[in-house]
Formats: sequence, C-alpha cells, structure tokens
Amino acid sequence: MVAVLFGIIRARNLFAVVMLCGVYSFLMATVMVALDAVDVAMTEAAVGAGISTVLMLAVLHLVRSREAPLRHSPAIPLIVCLLTGAALVYGTVDLPAFGEAGAAQNQHVAPYYILHSQEDTGSPNIVTAVLASYRGYDTLGETTVIFTAGIGVLILLSGRRRRRSEKAAKEDRSA
Amino acid sequence: MMRDTVILRVVVKLLLPAILIFALYVQFHGDYGPGGGFQAGVAAAAAIILYGMVFGIPAARQVVPQRVVHVMIPLGVLIFGGTGILDMFLGANFLDYSPMAARKEAGQHLGILIVEAGVFITVASTMLAIFYAFGGRAEELDSDDAGEGER
Repeated sequence: MVAVLFGIIRARNLFAVVMLCGVYSFLMATVMVALDAVDVAMTEAAVGAGISTVLMLAVLHLVRSREAPLRHSPAIPLIVCLLTGAALVYGTVDLPAFGEAGAAQNQHVAPYYILHSQEDTGSPNIVTAVLASYRGYDTLGETTVIFTAGIGVLILLSGRRRRRSEKAAKEDRSA
Repeated sequence: MMRDTVILRVVVKLLLPAILIFALYVQFHGDYGPGGGFQAGVAAAAAIILYGMVFGIPAARQVVPQRVVHVMIPLGVLIFGGTGILDMFLGANFLDYSPMAARKEAGQHLGILIVEAGVFITVASTMLAIFYAFGGRAEELDSDDAGEGER
C-alpha cells in the first residue's frame, strides 16, 4: 500500500493515478477481509475500486489527463498533512488493543446483539440484524443521504445542460 | 465507446449474468452471509455500468431507461420509510417489524427483507443516475467538438 501511495504521489499522468487509486482500494479491501469485516471489504471493492474508478475515468474524459504544474509551493499542504497525521496517530495511542474484550465498544450493546439477535430477528447474520433492525433508523438515514447525494448530482449536472440550451435558444433568437 | 473490441464484448456478455446473479445472491443471502442491500445495489449498478462502458451509454439506457432510474431513486427511500410508518399503523414503534407477520422473528425477517430491497433500489439507481449524468455530459462535449470545435 505504501508503494502504491508513493506511486500516486509521484505520477503526473492522471490516468495512472486513477488506476493506482483503484489498486489501493483493492488492497484496502484485502485488509478489511484480514480484519474479518467482509461486508466492509465488499463495499470497499465495489464502491472504492469499481464505481469511483469509473466515475473518475468519466471525469478524465471531460478534462485533460495530465496534472497541471503547481502554482504554489507544496510546503504548506505538506505541513498541514503532517500535523493532521501526527494528531491522528497521537489519538490512536489511547485506543484499547484490537479485539480486546474489556474495551468500551465491546461492553455496551455488542454482547446483547451477539446473545439475542438470533432470537429477536431470526437472522443468523448479526451485521444484518443490527443494520436493518436494531439500528434501522440509522440505515434509513444513510439511504436518505445517498438519495440526497444522487439528487444533488443530478440537479448540478442537468442545470448546466439547461443553461446551455437556453443560451443556444437566445443565440437562435438573436440570429 | 469501445464497439470494435470483440474480446471485450464477448467477455462482458459472459460476465454480466454472473455479476447480476451475484448481486441478487448478496441481496437475498444477506440475512445469512455477508452483504445486504447496499453491496448488492452497487454490484447490480456496476453490471449495468460495465455494459454501458463497453456497448455505449445509449445501449445501457435501453436496458434501464433514465426515467425508470429517476423514479427508482425516491422509490427505495419511500419503501424504507413506508415500512416504518406501516409498523406504526400496526401498533409498534417506527421500524419495529415485529407485527408484520404472525411470529415476531418472521415479522423481523420480512421487515429486514423489505428494507434491504429499499436500500438496494435507491443505491443501484443513484449509482446509475450519476453514471448516466457524467456519461451524458461526455456525450454532449463530444457532439460539441464535432459540431462547433468548441473547447
């Protein structure tokens, strides 16, 4: 993953960058599989590596495929990134060890879900039971977010088209 | 787009049914194995997007017309929210599926299936709509290039 990251940073051809981002997403999906989060791995492989790569390629079709040379020094973004990264790493120091049974997130509602989700919902997959039944309200919110995002993109892209056809109509009138 | 490449077209035609079946498997097996509406929706949309990339977006629009996609985006949310409101009419809390069938677990199971179907519909159609929108812009620019030499 580190090698792919450096490839993304060094590459100036945006086509190569998009492809390397897809490779990075697939590697991330394998990490998720290694952590036993198969649902997240499937989502990452399908959305991160599949759909977003296709959308990036569609955007590349609209713009030039070479990165423009920088107009300002990269020092300030580098410092911001390093500071943010350092803060995040500092934040992980206090986290409990991965999979520790006594950790807060494994003590709150998780034991109840593991013990009772089968009898409560009849679904052997705890992830589905939590997602659709116990936390159905959250999932409804997520679906609404996707709905809103889709509507937003549609309005943005179709608005441009309407303006263009209005412009064309105006030109027709003046001509 | 890529109508000349025979190998690509044949391979895609072979792959499409497999991807769609996999999407349905992920959708309806989500109760027992990994997966659910979101993953299945993305997989189904990916199948159509692959078809559109190889055979051109007009061909994909014939399979799933844009008007259908635009109806499906709110339909999924309506199914999800409507299930919750139906539960309220049946005397339970919002999105508590227990009274939807004779037994509590069966009701929960049915509710999860319906709600996942709603998620599937919205996710798949949103991905498709975004793809159509971007692809449509590309086509417009192409026709502009051909027409006026603009850009």
